[in-house]
Amino acid sequence: MIRPAASIGRRLTLLLAAIAALLSLLSWGMVSSFSGQAAARTQDNVLAASVATIAETLRSEQGTVRLELPYSAFAMLGAISQDRVFYRVSVNGETLTGYDDLRGGRIPEVPGEVLFDTLAYRGETVRMASISRAVSAGREAVPVTVSVAQTGNGIAQVTSGLSRTAAMLSVAFFILAVALSAIAARASLRPLNEIAQAVSRRGPSDLRPIRRTAPRELAPLMSALNRLMDRLGQSIRRSEDFITEAAHRVRTPLATVRAQAEIALHTVTGDEEKKSLRRVIRAVDESSRSTGQLLDHATVAFRAEDLDRRKVDLSEITRSVVESLSPTAEMKDITFDLSSKPSPVRGDAILLQTALRNVLDNAVKYSPPETSVRIDVRCEGKLAEVEICDQGTGLGAGPVEHLTERFRRGDNVAGVVGSGLGLTIADEVMRAHGGSLRLRNLDEEGTGTCVLLVLPLA
Amino acid sequence: MRLTCIALGLSLLAQFALAQISLAQDIEIEAQRSYPGSSDRVVRVISTADLEVFEPFLLRFQTTRPDIGIDYIVTSSTELHRAITQNLAFDLAISSAMDLQFKLANDGLAQSYQSSVTEELPVWASWRDLIFAFTSEPAVVVIYRADFEGGPPPATRQDLIALLRENTDQFQGRVGTYDVRDSGLGYLFATQEARSTDAYWRMTEVMGRLDPQLYCCSAQMIDDVASGRLAMAYNVLGSYAAQRIEEDDRLAILELEDFANVMLRTALIPAAAQNTQDAGALLDALLREGMREDADAWVLPPLSDTRDPEPAAFGPIRLGPGLMVNLDQLNRRTFLDAWESAMEQP
Repeated sequence: MIRPAASIGRRLTLLLAAIAALLSLLSWGMVSSFSGQAAARTQDNVLAASVATIAETLRSEQGTVRLELPYSAFAMLGAISQDRVFYRVSVNGETLTGYDDLRGGRIPEVPGEVLFDTLAYRGETVRMASISRAVSAGREAVPVTVSVAQTGNGIAQVTSGLSRTAAMLSVAFFILAVALSAIAARASLRPLNEIAQAVSRRGPSDLRPIRRTAPRELAPLMSALNRLMDRLGQSIRRSEDFITEAAHRVRTPLATVRAQAEIALHTVTGDEEKKSLRRVIRAVDESSRSTGQLLDHATVAFRAEDLDRRKVDLSEITRSVVESLSPTAEMKDITFDLSSKPSPVRGDAILLQTALRNVLDNAVKYSPPETSVRIDVRCEGKLAEVEICDQGTGLGAGPVEHLTERFRRGDNVAGVVGSGLGLTIADEVMRAHGGSLRLRNLDEEGTGTCVLLVLPLA
Repeated sequence: MRLTCIALGLSLLAQFALAQISLAQDIEIEAQRSYPGSSDRVVRVISTADLEVFEPFLLRFQTTRPDIGIDYIVTSSTELHRAITQNLAFDLAISSAMDLQFKLANDGLAQSYQSSVTEELPVWASWRDLIFAFTSEPAVVVIYRADFEGGPPPATRQDLIALLRENTDQFQGRVGTYDVRDSGLGYLFATQEARSTDAYWRMTEVMGRLDPQLYCCSAQMIDDVASGRLAMAYNVLGSYAAQRIEEDDRLAILELEDFANVMLRTALIPAAAQNTQDAGALLDALLREGMREDADAWVLPPLSDTRDPEPAAFGPIRLGPGLMVNLDQLNRRTFLDAWESAMEQP
């Protein structure tokens, strides 16, 4: 199992979420700053209106400057927020009315111009608007300055309220953006998942190129995958060809050698020559058999990788194997005693045939002449079983479980041709099908062997 | 009339032991009474509300908080304002002169106070957690019933002016109102009315010709109407009047439909307060009275008093910087000049 690296989907979501977080923060900051500016400008405008209203009531009365503070000038300040209000009206710098210590602001030079100052007054920061107007008092006009100041708590409250709202909106926006990012990431990864599913849905031997419209970004991956499949197909074809070719190339000369040796056996008269020719025939038989089993083993190893799981009848397969081995058995006067019930299993028919052939072949090989081999195909609960029992030499004294190891032979078979691969092949086929192979002696004296092949029923 | 006021104040003064000699030197005290608590913690209250009006509330408060002692001092609204501006050590200042109270808060002479009770107050009943309203009291016209029996009672100021003009002999020397130069509440009522209706100045002109009697306080005006010395008292505190009319059928309140001032009685914790914790407890109790359901439970009507729909229709005087306009020295001088020339006619 390959441990997956960080998911693309998660990375995409995280990236988009980070961008959303940044944008949320930015928008919050901007809204806060704008609302702060707007609130401050509102306050400035109201202050300006207030000083203008007061300045308009300025008049001269018998040579002195008089004014009447209009109610609205202060009431309008109370309308925007609950802030403290201070004011001062001065003539030539002398306080006419109001808070005498409210000083420090700039004095407007141009009549009618409103100047704003932010200054500290009575322990608080105040925003002050000032306006100047010339009022004729006596013979000359004197400059009169009207200043109105207001604390900023109310404005700060309005601003922080707006900022809170903006923050909540930003958080909501962020959450929405994250949800949408996750959806977007999933949507953009969908073609990739679809291709992966299409590939994994394929049968074990389906190596056709993938014909599927893929997004442009996935086209290189697709063509690489197709090229790989193509190469894999070619390589498989080559090994299959090689196996067939090798079998053919090895078996044909061996058959020729054997035939020639048989002929020679009949023509020579000397005992020594006959003996050596028999050794040749035996060696050829052994080679031929080993070649076949090696090919079988290679086939099993290759086919078990991607197991075909078609529904097959185990009794049918057994019957065909028994038929194919009957001529060989007849030569030793061995009879097959077959009893079978239909036993459907899922698996590769060729592999199951190979396994059964190897087991039966062993049975024939190790049986003395004029005996019978019993073959029983049956269903036991959820399992299909094939039991093959011979009346041969049994399994010997060694541990039974090692007999299925590669090239391992029993310690009592020295006189018989064998490679030690037969049971290994059968065991591997059973394992590949989720089944098992069990061995036991037919009776307690150690004569006769039973091989039990167990497979799950379809 | 000021003399009668002062005389009365002095006589009240004599009745009670003077615990705060130092204070007495600085401000004119009309009445003082101590309500000792079980501990030595004392809330020093300076107020414009008469003792007999406030005592029931104070005693009720002490049943729930017997540990807190209360020192209650009655003075005029201008004296109260002066006491707080001089940073005299009071823990709670209660006044009917909204403008003076507001100016104290605006000028930084009040402490911020927040509690679960202050949060329940309507927005218009407090300002910046510095000043809190707990009553809404209309200004009314109190009449000596016998003098108005001839015809239908005047329904507007217009009618009242006409009636006074037509019966100068009957009303000569028998109309009373606040001396706005001394009484903070009288000045507040006068300035607010002058801003709201032009009938105020005509009313003042007419009263000026009738040799008006000028008073410091509502209670004395009502006393004089009850005794028949006055036929009419203009701009009297409705809460005080309503209490007296219940027990005295010679008195009546003239329902004027054109306009009515509604004053909010306010409390604040002065910046110089020492026992702020207990002052807060007393203030909370006061505000709970202001938000009570049963309007008749106390002489001072609650904020939401709807017994008289007429004044409510105009709404109370707004607690805001607009109140400071009339306290401006130039504006005050201008207003008092106009008032004096109308009131004091030869």
